[in-house]
Amino acid sequence: MSDAPASSSALLSFNNVSMTFDEGTKALDNVSFSIDAGEFVTVVGPSGCGKSTLLRIASNLEASTGGTCSIDRNSIGYVFQDATLMPWRTVARNVELIAELHKLPKAERHQLAAEAIQLVGLNGFEDKYPRQLSGGMRMRASLARSLVMKPKVFLFDEPFGALDEITRERLNDELLRLFQHEGFAGLFITHSITEAVYMSTKVLVMSARPGKIIASFDVPFAYPRNHDLRYEPEFGELCGKISHALRGAHE
Amino acid sequence: MSSSNAIANPVEEVIPDKSDKFSFADYIGPVVVFMVFIGAWYLLSSVVLPEQKRFLLPTPHKVIQEGFFVWHSGERRGLHPILMSLWDSAKIALLGLGITIVIGMSLAVLMSSSRWLERATWPYLVAIQSAPVLALTPLIRALIDGTQTQRLLVVVLIAMFPIVSNTLFGLLSADKSQHELFTLQGASKWTRLVKLQFPAALPNIFVGLRISAGLAVIGAVVGDFYFRQGGVVGIGAQIDVYRNRLWGPELITAIILASTLGLVVFLFFGWVSRRAIGKWHIITRGH
Repeated sequence: MSDAPASSSALLSFNNVSMTFDEGTKALDNVSFSIDAGEFVTVVGPSGCGKSTLLRIASNLEASTGGTCSIDRNSIGYVFQDATLMPWRTVARNVELIAELHKLPKAERHQLAAEAIQLVGLNGFEDKYPRQLSGGMRMRASLARSLVMKPKVFLFDEPFGALDEITRERLNDELLRLFQHEGFAGLFITHSITEAVYMSTKVLVMSARPGKIIASFDVPFAYPRNHDLRYEPEFGELCGKISHALRGAHE
Repeated sequence: MSSSNAIANPVEEVIPDKSDKFSFADYIGPVVVFMVFIGAWYLLSSVVLPEQKRFLLPTPHKVIQEGFFVWHSGERRGLHPILMSLWDSAKIALLGLGITIVIGMSLAVLMSSSRWLERATWPYLVAIQSAPVLALTPLIRALIDGTQTQRLLVVVLIAMFPIVSNTLFGLLSADKSQHELFTLQGASKWTRLVKLQFPAALPNIFVGLRISAGLAVIGAVVGDFYFRQGGVVGIGAQIDVYRNRLWGPELITAIILASTLGLVVFLFFGWVSRRAIGKWHIITRGH
């Protein structure tokens, strides 16, 4: 992995990225991989291995202490662990927020927000406030907000970790549909192996601190994927391999 | 479920709004407490107090007869002069509260954006909050001309702290991830203040407003005791006169009306708060 050159068509590439925090914790060690258009890459790894730090470096929320990361910073969608909605704004106004911060004219951002709300299936809930929504619906609104600016790269920081399993699987399907429909490249962080395999074109396994990519698995299943895929033997087999690699990562 | 209609019905469940319907029990409580209050008052003024001291606390019906139902008697007695001086104090309280809000919120904004300023000013705010402002009256009188200005200053000093502390707390209450959302879009400090920190602070700001509004009324009444001149005087000055002349019914009437002013202001800001943020913020009882 580490010596693979960043391909020129990559929308996001990490080149020997290392990260040592001020207090001396080494979070990432020489991480290199890249994501092309049409790819959906998921990173799994033990808690605290620096998976989220990857996203924070890619989005420039933090600067790496070694290596480089190349990405078009003007075209990033970032989905946080929690929905991060503004409780004082209605769904529609929340979805507009990013367009508003980019100073798009009112009519245009209304239009874009309405489209994004349609895409995530929240139509009819435009005038609700976040506290009136369930956790899954809040996450949908959060997704819609990021979709408005039609980013080329989407960074997902364990977005569905707090949801119950049924809701999570439902949102997995929706996200895949959006991935196919919108054609963005995705970098997804999760604890769940099943979720990783179900969503991705490629799964990377990260070691415990300091985080290194220790294994990479291509996921061969064609899109669109149906939720019954989770019960196919090939699916189970791949999950088993990743689980095995992950076990190694904990040591 | 096919993937095409997986999105058709995404409704998990919408959490219903809790309606705040009042029941009979919500009314019976206040009525019972009010009756106990009136009963205790009668007991105090006609049984507990020795006969020669009963003028200090006239019975409720005497207060109503001589305090509320006498419009004007002599220069200072009756409901009319009491209401006039109450209005005079209310103006000082409201104007002082307005000044406090402008200064207090600006100060909180500055403090929220600068850690050293916060650290440098905080101890003085706490000191002003706990200092006996009235002990400073000779100094205030020496430094500032004009009764009105002196009264306003007392109001501002007494009402300032809750506005500053609650606004500051609110401005700093936005989540880290909410801040990061703004950082990711390259939002300016001003945008962040207006679109994130200020709305996030509104529930706290309203809590501060209600406390400060009550204190502003107290400040105005207390300031009246010390800063007065001829003509219409504040309710505090009026209370002082009644106290000195042992005019019980007028004294109690003035105290009741001054408290009512505080109550009205408190309820008003509660109403404004519900109107402004009730839709998205669950206002807990007592706030």
